[in-house]
Parts: sequence; structure tokens; C-alpha cells
Amino acid sequence: MKIHEYQAKALLREFGVAVPRGEVADTPAQARAIAERLGGRVVVKAQVHAGGRGKAGGIKLADDPAGAEEAAGQILGMMLKTLQTPPEGIKVRRVLVEEASAIERELYLSITLDRARATHVVMASQAGGMEIEEVAAKTPDKILREWAHPALGIADFQARRLAFGFGLTGDAFKQGVALIRNLFALYLAKDCSLAEINPLVVTKDGRVFALDAKLNFDDNALYRHKDVVELRDTHEEDPLDVEASRYGLNYIKLDGDVGCMVNGAGLAMATMDIIKLAGGEPANFLDVGGGASPEQIENAFRILSSDPNVKAVFINVFGGILRVDRLAEGIIAAVHRLGLTLPVVLRAEGTNVEQGKKMLAESGLALTMADDMADGAKKVVAFAKGRRP
Amino acid sequence: MSILVDRSTRVVVQGITGREGAFHAARCKEYGTQVIGGVTPGKGGTTHEGFPVWNTVAEAVAKEGANCALIFVPPPAAADAIMEAAASGIPLVICITEGIPAADMVRTKHYLASTKSRLVGPNCPGVITPGAAKVGIMPGQIHKPGDVGVLSRSGTLTYEVVGQLTRRGIGQSTCVGIGGDPVNGTNFVDVLRLFNEDAGTRAIMMIGEIGGTAEEEAAAYIKVSVDKPVVGFICGQTAPPGRRMGHAGAIIAGGKGTAAEKMKALQDAGVTVVKSPAEMGATVAKVIGA
Repeated sequence: MKIHEYQAKALLREFGVAVPRGEVADTPAQARAIAERLGGRVVVKAQVHAGGRGKAGGIKLADDPAGAEEAAGQILGMMLKTLQTPPEGIKVRRVLVEEASAIERELYLSITLDRARATHVVMASQAGGMEIEEVAAKTPDKILREWAHPALGIADFQARRLAFGFGLTGDAFKQGVALIRNLFALYLAKDCSLAEINPLVVTKDGRVFALDAKLNFDDNALYRHKDVVELRDTHEEDPLDVEASRYGLNYIKLDGDVGCMVNGAGLAMATMDIIKLAGGEPANFLDVGGGASPEQIENAFRILSSDPNVKAVFINVFGGILRVDRLAEGIIAAVHRLGLTLPVVLRAEGTNVEQGKKMLAESGLALTMADDMADGAKKVVAFAKGRRP
Repeated sequence: MSILVDRSTRVVVQGITGREGAFHAARCKEYGTQVIGGVTPGKGGTTHEGFPVWNTVAEAVAKEGANCALIFVPPPAAADAIMEAAASGIPLVICITEGIPAADMVRTKHYLASTKSRLVGPNCPGVITPGAAKVGIMPGQIHKPGDVGVLSRSGTLTYEVVGQLTRRGIGQSTCVGIGGDPVNGTNFVDVLRLFNEDAGTRAIMMIGEIGGTAEEEAAAYIKVSVDKPVVGFICGQTAPPGRRMGHAGAIIAGGKGTAAEKMKALQDAGVTVVKSPAEMGATVAKVIGA
């Protein structure tokens, strides 16, 4: 799960990680009032779940409260388009108004899971403000790494190594060490999957703080962080993704026109692959899971067929825990209730497959049966292209 | 011959009084696996659907000689269940549970390193040696005893390849699902080593997916140490970067972990890489001349 920069900064503050003074605004008038309280020059920043905001015009400097109001007026309501947003952009609903700082240096700091070492890794680089992937590709030696002990976390000496690696000295060094330790404490306490400060800045007056902040959370651990769950902003997600998550379905909307309904993540990915190999484009990833109920199947059907791009649906199920007869029950209920007219190709194998196929055959639904994955993909792609297979 | 599980495997099911635990304990037993009972703390001394229930794994080891734990405990307590099994001296721990927080698995994996236990999973279908023992949630009837070893990060996609093999009359020595989580126990390399050393395995079918570097590590190992033929498939060739494809581990992040990179690594290691998931069984048949 992702949250906004202003929400991340509130969490950082709570854990003793220094951030600029600032507040969030929904209207230009609020932005003006915040700028008046802060005094001096301010930065107005669009709050969306996407990077690259600066280049897209989502971050503006203002010299005074009137300038802040004007900047907020320009940013609020705009469709912000960056490399990380959908092509039409994301609508900006909030801005963060912060004090502007005289920056001397920009650094990079992040914490994430290192899968290969099965522990958390803290990464630091003097090349702040840049895409870290680019730094890693071009000058990998410019990134310092300290791996946390799986049970003990990051030791003081490791935080010191990183702070020395930043080239910090004196009081800035002490601030840097504390910041690294506190960020790690936050990362662990809130089950983050990523805590990234880019840039971490040193100001001309010697302060060290997080100028930007990105926190992502481990979806599997959200059950123990009700406070984090409350920070979710569903405006930032595709409405169909949100709807699917309400029913415990794993759904990701894509750009194609062949809807897919599959049980199991691996088979769902493989189904997308084979649709592409058959010359089609998948409209979604949808894993109904191992123990899907007929109700879940019905909701899955409703969600994927409510995508207006979908021209045909491929159901590919290998029944293990999910029994094919229960799948059939869900499909029949969904088609009857939704009055579906889309062509549907079904390929089913595994537990109770004969019973399930019999139910579907007797239901009178105009399903096209497939012998195997390749056959199903060929048939559904033909339907999507407006041909009869 | 086979790896990991066989007729001598004695399974204790942790979380046997839950819906999934009870259902699959019965399916495993029907298949012929020695399921000796289960553990649910607080329900010790009772019987659940014909299985004796103990309070601790240690009791199951002391009283019935359990040597394999099959875990269906819900995510908040699953990591603890893995540690309990390891602490009780169970050599093989198979965790089916999906949704364990990554941070819990980091600590648990560290804990396991101080024990003699091997963990398979979590978030996996389990292990089956066709005709001998099924310790997991896979549909037993699609399998057939034989000499192709199958290993995979996925569940239903493993059933798919097994189905393709069995339909062609090609049996399996053992099928191992290592799970789709970012931090898991047994990895591809561990299983490849076991298959390579197993006299009952003639060829290996490996199914990977996007995310992480486990397939690249497997490729490096195959190149140097595996002398049996390996067929590989990577799912997620069409997955967009930055989106988690169901499995917590299946995500292309920072331009790394793409299917193309993994397929190339495997190809360079001498693996026969299949592009279409429909061709997995046919390619194995071709490679072993069946």
C-alpha cells in the first residue's frame, strides 16, 4: 500500500525524523493561510501517488502567501501526468505547503527488503535527487549498503558508517546518524516495504532533514496497522482495483481487451502470456484465489466485465482447492444476474471438473469450451477481434 | 526414488482444527500419506474429524514420531508455528499459509538457520511424491509416478504442467512448490541439488516467475552443477513493471526481475526455455525422448 508524502512526513515526525515545517491544503485559501503561518518563501507540492511531480508542473515555489494561493490554484484540480501515472494523469486533490529551504547538498537514503539476503537493507548515496536506479546502473560504487541483522536490526556503527559515507561532519553527522536510526525504527514498527528519502538534504544553516518522503507498506502486515490502513486514498487507485480488493480478489486492470479470470497468481500470469502469444492483449490480471466462493466468482465476473474495453472473457481454471463445480455455480449466477452478452471461453480442469462442465452445459449459457490453454487463448482472441473461432 | 517426502514421512498438521487444515489433512490421508494427527494449542487431547489433536508439536514428535509438519495456521501466527516445528526437531516443515508479513519471515528464516530444519514455503502448494506421499494442497489425482522432477514458485501453474506431463504418460518423481513470497525457505538451488542427486529423477522441469533473482541464481547453479536436462518456463512475460501480480514476490521493481532477463539467464545455462505455457509438457517429452 502507498500513502501520500504529507502522510509519510507526519509518520516521520512521529518517529523523530526531521522534516520541513508544513501543512496540507485542499483549497488555495488554505494554502495562503498556511504560507502566512510559515512566513517567508514556501513550496507548494501536489499530493499524488506518483514520482516525477516536479517536471510535470506539480511543484511550485512561492515568495509570499499570495504566490502560494496562486500556485495552489494552478496545481489543485490539475490532471498531473508523469511517467508513473496512467496516460490521462491523476487529479490533484491536495497540496502540501512547506517552508522553502536554502539547500547545500542533496543525498539519498532508503530502506527496503533484500530478497536475496532475506533481510532489510539500508542504502545511502551522495547522489540525491536523482533516480536511484540510474545511479545504481551507472555508478554502483556510489551506493553504500548496510544490511540489518534479521533479529537485531541496524547497529549504531552501521548508521555511523552510512553517515560518514554521506560526508557529514560535526553536528550534521549527529543529526544524520539519528535520522538513519529513527527511519529504520519507523520502517520496522510500521512494516514498511519501502522507506525512501530522496532527497535527504543538508541546508546552508546545517540542518539535515527529509525534503521528500515515500513510504510503502507490506500488504500482508496491514492487519496489524489499523492506523496505516486509514491513510489509504482510494482516489489514487483504479476504481475497479478498489472494488476487487473489497471482495478479496487480486485484480489489476491492464490496457487490452481480453478479460481473464484465473485461479492462482502463476497460472493467471501464464494466461496473460498465452493470450499475448495468441496475438491478443489481456485486459486484466485476475486471480480469484484458491478457495474462491461462488459469490466471489460472481463479483469477479461483474468487475472484469464492467471494464468497457473487454470484448471477450477467458476463464482458465485448474481446480485444486477451488472446485470446478463451485466455479460453475458462480458463473451461472453471474451470467443470469448480470445479463451478460460477452462471449466467454472456458477451460477448466481438476477437482470435480465433470460435474462442473455438466452444470454449465445444462445451464443453457452460450459458453465456448476449450480443450487446453492454447486452444482457449486462440478462441478468446478470435472473439475479441470480432471473429467466430 | 524421490526427494523430501515418501512412504516413511509422518505428517503432523498444524492448524488441523481450521477449515483448510481439516479438509487437506483428510485429502492427504486419502492419498496414502501417513497423517498422524494435528496440533492446535488449547485443543490438545481432543479428536478432530478422526485425527488426534495435541497442544504442541513436541508431543506429536514424542508420541507419534512426526517427522514432517504441514502448516495451515493463519498468517498472524504462522511464522511462530514454523519456529515451533523447527524447535521440536521436525526436519521438514511445509508451510501452506499465504499472507505472512515479510518482516516475520526475515526473523523466522534467521531462526531456522540455527536449527536442522528445512522449510518449504510459505505460500506454496506443498510437496508430492506421486504414489507415495502427498503433503500439501495439490489435487493428487492429476499426478503419476515417474522420473521428472518438478519445481515451481507457483501453485496452479504447477498443476498445469503436471497435467500436461501426465496426459502424455510422463510421470513425476517429486513435485515441489517453493512458494511465491519474497522471503521463503527452500529455494530453487536447494531443490535442484536434491533432484540432481536423486537417482529416481531423470529430468527437471522448473517454473519461475517475475520478481527477485531466484531464477538467475538457479541458472548460475545449473550451469556449473546440474548434469540432468532442465526445461524452464517463466510466467509474467507480459506483466507491467511496478505492479504486484498476486504473489507478494511477483513484482518487477527498479527494472529488475523481468521475465526476459530470467529466460536469458536460464538459456545461457543450457536450460531448454519454453515460451508458451501450453508447450511445457511437450518440451519435456522432446528433451527426454518420450
